[in-house]
Amino acid sequence: MANDLTAPAEADRPRLGKASTLARFALIGFALAAVAGTFAYFGGWLTPNELTPARLTDAFEQVDGVHSGFRRNHAKGVGVSGFFESNGQGVRLSKAIVFQSGRVPVVGRFSLAGGEPYAADRPDTVRGLGLQFSLPDGELWRTAMINLPVFPVRTPEAFYERLIASKPVPETGKPDPAEMKAFLERHPETVQAIKVIKGHAVSSGFDNSTFHSLNAFRFVNSAGGAIPVRWLVMPEQPFEAAKDASAPLDKNYLFDALIAQIHRRPLRWRLIVIIGQPGDPTNDATIPWPEGRERVDVGTLTLDQVEAKENSAATDINFDPLVLPAGIAPSNDPLLSARSAVYSQSFTRRAGETKQPSAITPADVRKGE
Amino acid sequence: MRMPTQRHQFAASSRVLHWTMAAMILTMLCIGVAMVASLANYHVLVSIHRPLGIAILILVVVRFVNRQLHPLPPFPATMSRAERLAATASEYTMYGLMFVLPLVGWGMLSAARYPIVLYGSIHLPYILPHNVMLYAVLRKAHTILAYLFFLTIIAHFGAILFHTLIVRDGIIKRMAPWNIRAQETATIDSSTAGSPARGSPESTP
Repeated sequence: MANDLTAPAEADRPRLGKASTLARFALIGFALAAVAGTFAYFGGWLTPNELTPARLTDAFEQVDGVHSGFRRNHAKGVGVSGFFESNGQGVRLSKAIVFQSGRVPVVGRFSLAGGEPYAADRPDTVRGLGLQFSLPDGELWRTAMINLPVFPVRTPEAFYERLIASKPVPETGKPDPAEMKAFLERHPETVQAIKVIKGHAVSSGFDNSTFHSLNAFRFVNSAGGAIPVRWLVMPEQPFEAAKDASAPLDKNYLFDALIAQIHRRPLRWRLIVIIGQPGDPTNDATIPWPEGRERVDVGTLTLDQVEAKENSAATDINFDPLVLPAGIAPSNDPLLSARSAVYSQSFTRRAGETKQPSAITPADVRKGE
Repeated sequence: MRMPTQRHQFAASSRVLHWTMAAMILTMLCIGVAMVASLANYHVLVSIHRPLGIAILILVVVRFVNRQLHPLPPFPATMSRAERLAATASEYTMYGLMFVLPLVGWGMLSAARYPIVLYGSIHLPYILPHNVMLYAVLRKAHTILAYLFFLTIIAHFGAILFHTLIVRDGIIKRMAPWNIRAQETATIDSSTAGSPARGSPESTP
């Protein structure tokens, strides 16, 4: 019965000629290729030389090796925890509820730059502090800061070039000076940034380091007004100059000192928001904002617990600088999205790897108790 | 027996859902592969990917309910038994992926304790414990399932084009966004047209 009904319909259709059939198959092939090609284009398969999060993460692995279960950068670190006590001064700047008067729990991590988890502590190694503020409504604010007043590079591409130029050559075990010289010639902004960095005295330890947001962000208040900001945490622990780099130093002297200090008494930092003026660059982390910009002290960070990688809540946190609560938004700094992308790549790689013991063991952390 | 109206076409609501979700899913798959390969646009794309994925999860539930409420048009007589099986299997696969992919995404972000922000301060609760090994497995599954989804869509698209351009049975009219009068779909298999809606799903996602 089905055939009876459909037969006339099929008879209505003229048979396709050979050429017509081929043309129609070609059209189908073209349509499918167009969809697949669009997908491939978005996936970056048509531009294999483009810098991607995976290639940038690979560069860390080329320079420092693959250390199973560790972050690809800032591999050496310890976890800390405590709280942030807001004084309410930030409310007019940002609607983020972390700035309303009151206390929120904080988990953090002190670290040293570089992908080597067992590297010896050096006074001139860049120090990092990652923080996660847990807001009462379940929102999170994460920030990954370092103790440099400005960042040495402006773009992710420059970061990649510099990383590759800093790769030790097998013959000397040190980076090729010609490579770094060539990089600096191509990047005068890095030369300028290094001058600014050298103009800032390095402190003796983690406890008396100032940590900077580096990138600019935008604060949005409840009236919808947005302002460009940078922030820093300023230690209440008094400044003391760093030890001479040529002096004999213990392998973990920075971390050992931090552990002993936290066991003695809670460490505190003031969270300072720096408000940018029109014309202050928000898309260039190599340039410091002029002196005299309004600084608002929005509260106190207290860190009173320290934990080794093995038992710290910070270990399984990706301190992605774009995990932001409502009221804090990214600026147009190209490093921000790139940092978020590469941190995510690094996190995904280490998440699936076997975890190795860290340089600072749980026994080291207990020592000072 | 009185034939339901528009029996030769999917219900208007089904067609709206089909094309809306087709656009959303293709956008979603492209955003997915683009964001993991992009430094400059990563954050913007991730910020779209998460709420769009949740929107797809909600819509697939709506779509599943809608499908129970409306009788399905029969397959054209031009489809062989094997083709009908393949169409049914691919449809089940796509329904499954529409549901599972966003859930795996939600689950993996939960296991990694990434906030799942929909808009402003509105965010979803975590549905899995904080476990990075679990995250790593789900993250891999998310990619594999997404590629599988893309391949299934290509196969579906190719089959529809084949029937439309080579077999010329007007199969695409069943899912046309506009209404088509019954006589224009002359090749509908009347042996199933009068029977109650079949248990197996149709050859469309």
